[in-house]
Amino acid sequence: MNRKHVLWKLFVSTLYLSAFTFGGGYVIVTLMKEKFVDELHWMEADEMLDLIAIAQSAPGAIAVNGAIVVGYKLAGLIGALVAIIATIIPPFVIISVISYFYELLRDNFIVSKLLAGMQAGVGAVIASVVWDMGGGVVKQKSAVSDFIMLAAFLAACVLRVNVVYIILACIAFGVLRTVLAKRRNAA
Amino acid sequence: MIYLQLFLSFLQIGALSFGGGYAAMPLIEAQIVTTHSWLTMTEFANLVTIAEMTPGPIAVNAATFVGTKIAGVPGALVATAGCILPACILVTLIAKLYLKYRNLSVLQSVLGSLRPAVVAMIASAGVTILLSAFWGGRTIVPAQTNYLMIGIFALSFLLLRKTKLNAIAVMVLAGVLNLLAGLCGIG
Repeated sequence: MNRKHVLWKLFVSTLYLSAFTFGGGYVIVTLMKEKFVDELHWMEADEMLDLIAIAQSAPGAIAVNGAIVVGYKLAGLIGALVAIIATIIPPFVIISVISYFYELLRDNFIVSKLLAGMQAGVGAVIASVVWDMGGGVVKQKSAVSDFIMLAAFLAACVLRVNVVYIILACIAFGVLRTVLAKRRNAA
Repeated sequence: MIYLQLFLSFLQIGALSFGGGYAAMPLIEAQIVTTHSWLTMTEFANLVTIAEMTPGPIAVNAATFVGTKIAGVPGALVATAGCILPACILVTLIAKLYLKYRNLSVLQSVLGSLRPAVVAMIASAGVTILLSAFWGGRTIVPAQTNYLMIGIFALSFLLLRKTKLNAIAVMVLAGVLNLLAGLCGIG
């Protein structure tokens, strides 16, 4: 594939996704998965999950970090730069404009109804992606993976544990598994 | 030197906000309300409302908003650059290491433990959004159930699973449906 074509497509896709990312970083990574895995087939679902984990484990906004990893994976440093710029432009322009007359917008019937409805739509998009990805995990028929998924969900959703601790716990668990497996092989 | 102050202030926010989104809020407040008095508490509350109704990460929204207010468009540019710089460096570095070493057995095991957790964290973000859409908060209050939202969610989910409509089209459709219902006096 032509490099210029990849960069252009990356720029346009990221710009478009960023402009519609209401409701936080997980929405944009969900949309990125739809775009780059399911639609363009530029990477595998597992790879996307790895990239999301990287985006989460570093400080900063998940949307920006997600754009950096995806851009870097697809087209190196230039790709990361293109993706960052595309991610930043929509909020930058919109906030600059809106900060002048936001009270008008906040109290506007049409805007508030549109936003409220989109929230239900965003919930459906996330539910659909979780359905696919969660199904992928269950199909592995690994009790350990099922356990991690359940425990992480309870920790994040019910106990409100900061995601950084969940990631650190998973990293520690993964290292421990390798060490134990090596010992078993050595014995 | 106001530009340098803005840059350094948002550099700290960018470097220390682990866990994305709402984890960054207390840090932003500490920097721009408490330390520098760039915004009053009321203006900060307005900023949070704007961030919620516009696309983009809250840290980037805050950088643009505060930068514009304090030093115009150049201020917004400097603040945004400071905010994303730590992530640019760190995330690119981790992505590089990941692409180079992902076949090592330790990293395979770590990534194998992380993937189910990432799915779980996406699911958790989805639950938070749906709780807010259906019940207006983080708790389930049967008397305040918004059945219109549940209907829009169910329809959006079906459209995503059974048709080729893309995620953004479904999100916009959900917003328009809620607006039409509102215009007809429902919800």
